[in-house]
Amino acid sequence: MSGIAMPAPDPNILVRRDAIVAGLEALVSGEGVISSETERRAFETDALTAYRRLPLAVVLPATTEETAAVMRYLYAQGVPMVPRGAGTSLAGGALPQEDAVVIGVSRMSKVLDVDLANRTARVQTGVTNLGVSAAIAHEGFFYAPDPSSQLACTIAGNVAMNSGGAHCLKYGVTTNNLMGVTFVTVEGEIVEIGGDAMDAAGLDLLGLICGSEGQFGMVTEATLRILPMAEGARPILFGFPSPEAAGACVAAVLGAGVVPVAIEYMDRLAIDICEDFARAGYPRDVGAMLIVEVEGSPAEIDEQLARIAAIAEGHGMTHMREARTPAEAAAIWKGRKSAFGAMGRVSDYICMDGTIPTGRLPEVLTRIEAICEEQGLKVANIFHAGDGNLHPLVLYDMNDPVSLAKAERAGEDILLACVEVGGCLTGEHGVGIEKRELMTAQFTRIELEQQMRVKSAFDPRWLMNPAKVFPLENRLTEAAA
Amino acid sequence: MTLAADVIAPFDEAGIEAVIREHVETRAPLAIRGAGTRAGLGRPVEAAPLSTARLTGITLFEPSELVIAAKAGTPVAEVEAELARAGQRLAFEPFDHRPLYRTTGEPTIGGLVATNASGPRRVQTGAARDALIGVRLVTGRGEAIRAGGRVMKNVTGYDITKLAAGSHGTLGVITEATFKTLPIAESETTLVIEGLDDAHGVAALCAGMGSPYEVSGAAHLPGEGGAPARTLLRLENFANQLRYRAGELADRLRSFGPAERLAPDDSRALWRSVAQAAPYLGPADRAVWRVSVAPTRAPGLVALLRDLALAHVYDWSGGLIWIATSPEGDAGAARLRALTRELRGHATLVRAPDAVRAAVGVFEPEAPALAKLSEKVRAAFDPAGVLNPGKMHDRRA
Repeated sequence: MSGIAMPAPDPNILVRRDAIVAGLEALVSGEGVISSETERRAFETDALTAYRRLPLAVVLPATTEETAAVMRYLYAQGVPMVPRGAGTSLAGGALPQEDAVVIGVSRMSKVLDVDLANRTARVQTGVTNLGVSAAIAHEGFFYAPDPSSQLACTIAGNVAMNSGGAHCLKYGVTTNNLMGVTFVTVEGEIVEIGGDAMDAAGLDLLGLICGSEGQFGMVTEATLRILPMAEGARPILFGFPSPEAAGACVAAVLGAGVVPVAIEYMDRLAIDICEDFARAGYPRDVGAMLIVEVEGSPAEIDEQLARIAAIAEGHGMTHMREARTPAEAAAIWKGRKSAFGAMGRVSDYICMDGTIPTGRLPEVLTRIEAICEEQGLKVANIFHAGDGNLHPLVLYDMNDPVSLAKAERAGEDILLACVEVGGCLTGEHGVGIEKRELMTAQFTRIELEQQMRVKSAFDPRWLMNPAKVFPLENRLTEAAA
Repeated sequence: MTLAADVIAPFDEAGIEAVIREHVETRAPLAIRGAGTRAGLGRPVEAAPLSTARLTGITLFEPSELVIAAKAGTPVAEVEAELARAGQRLAFEPFDHRPLYRTTGEPTIGGLVATNASGPRRVQTGAARDALIGVRLVTGRGEAIRAGGRVMKNVTGYDITKLAAGSHGTLGVITEATFKTLPIAESETTLVIEGLDDAHGVAALCAGMGSPYEVSGAAHLPGEGGAPARTLLRLENFANQLRYRAGELADRLRSFGPAERLAPDDSRALWRSVAQAAPYLGPADRAVWRVSVAPTRAPGLVALLRDLALAHVYDWSGGLIWIATSPEGDAGAARLRALTRELRGHATLVRAPDAVRAAVGVFEPEAPALAKLSEKVRAAFDPAGVLNPGKMHDRRA
């Protein structure tokens, strides 16, 4: 995979590399500056591993103040900056460039304060997503957004990409669980936005910064909404004869006034691959499968699942398995949660992330199938069906450039189909470099220009993560604005 | 619908674009409004009124996708009625400003979004901005843009949708909004604990919010005129599960005193009243503040303001305090703001005479670095400064 262009590095920056490294070393404590090529290699890519760029240097500030000092310096030097959490972006959001300094948050990873009565946690953004929940689990609380990379990914990355997860049907995504941030501007100024009081007055810059893909500045601390855990949760697994029947069942459940915590969809190929790997006991003789999870007391769960099961029966459900014990619940989730790993065992794949109106699910599934068939490729479908967020995995052979090109082509066509039916290019992974050139399919020129003006408002010289989000051509930098 | 003769009210989005372009050219400011039921919110704006009241109609409703869209001038009541027919609602419980401002007419969807006006359930399900998944707006450049869309999960490009919510018409004129909806719970009840002082009342609310029973309303009404204080915790669920949750929650709150359980209709009526705030704030000539602070710090703040506060009531688990003060002088602004800021909260002067609002400002003054960023973002949408100039902050300051 190497079809996506990156801007040519600025030779005037490359020649100043030693001076810039020395300048950074004067600002950051401890082992905060990484300059040797061997060590920089660890930062050359993210989870979109086909793309690699060796950064000019990597700096790991230990505090907000150090971050500000670093940014002030790089701004004065005119050096691009690429913020980095754990580097788990599937869209190339953390991909460096040769003339840029990577600013990582990994040395700022403390949970600073937990306030159970007010249901907030103040954290440094280098903490992992799961690290937040782990720090409060013994009190019966958790942090709701749960991207599948939650073991590794950081709150910094979650804020930058407005990350979601399987359970956001009920609990919302990052922006709905974020109350405040300490934000460092590209010029190195520290700004407090929001806090532990709800709905800060003034323009909602917090909402704007969340999901800005590190293009406005750095977020070094965050105040998160934390929630009490439900009394219990239980998944149920349904098999259907066809993808259409499963899709119609999802719409019927939501329309009937039952909103589960999660509704996950897997098609036959996905089931087979996951079952081969995880032995989760998934039915192999079905056209599609749903995992539905509800929460509450045992009696509440019984009632909700009974209602959902009745709806599923009405849609031709042929297989049902309700978890009766925590072990059975874990078994049902095991296959789904190991899906990407299991898939990686049998084939290389690219994972798409479009969202569609859930009512269009059957039709879009048919189109995805046709698109991949046209390229002679197989596709396995794994979705957050409740909110219409699709993750088609297009299988290809990394050693065959033709196969790769076909997969990229199929992926693009799938995303364009999502936009065409009223959906969007990305539901939770972000635009990064991956979907940058497709932005013109979703937005008009005027809409893109308005977004670029917002970027310029925060970052007039376009130094923050500049190669992302917007097509490389026709950019509206300050001079043109 | 009747509109005053001097109100410019185009029939479509293209008409809004034309009006704004014309005013950009002449640098003549515009005061943006829907039906005007919340016109008293914000600093007074002297400008030609531009209304979206004629952009009406529900443009999309898919009950099985939990999504509804309507043009900006559509009455909120119409959207709520359409949703109710399908057993759904706007979960954030739209806040109705009419009782506070003694205004008439029908609040519009555009006004709701522009003011991010959320009611009691905000504490559980999020604010209007959290339910908002897409908007169309005409920027201060006279350009119509779409932000977000109609799907639940969307991180494509910047979240201009969130930015538009609560922007009080200073970035663009909202012409259409799309929300995610939720089913109306089958039934509800409210636990009422009587006789708690503010500190214990808010502590009970926080304990309830920290429980797994999904409290969807948490308010404390201090006693007045000899009536006992009432601490309210609302539960919504399937009818035959409510009894269980109410029992468990009452048990958990036992140390605060016995809890009465309200019948569904009584519960609904009570929360309609809490949602208006005005019934608890006394005569209409009083100034009204809306103070947001972390719940546990709220009773302490009110205690420090005892001589200023003529009446007060807590919603959002204590995180929202409505405070009535005298409209004289600065309506208490200097002290109230200083103390609120010390407790890391923020205060909005929701109701006061025009002269007071113009003089002391309405929204929490922003720290210089934040104000600078906000101003740059505003200029990115409205470089000529024609849309509601000064409505949120005095730009000359």
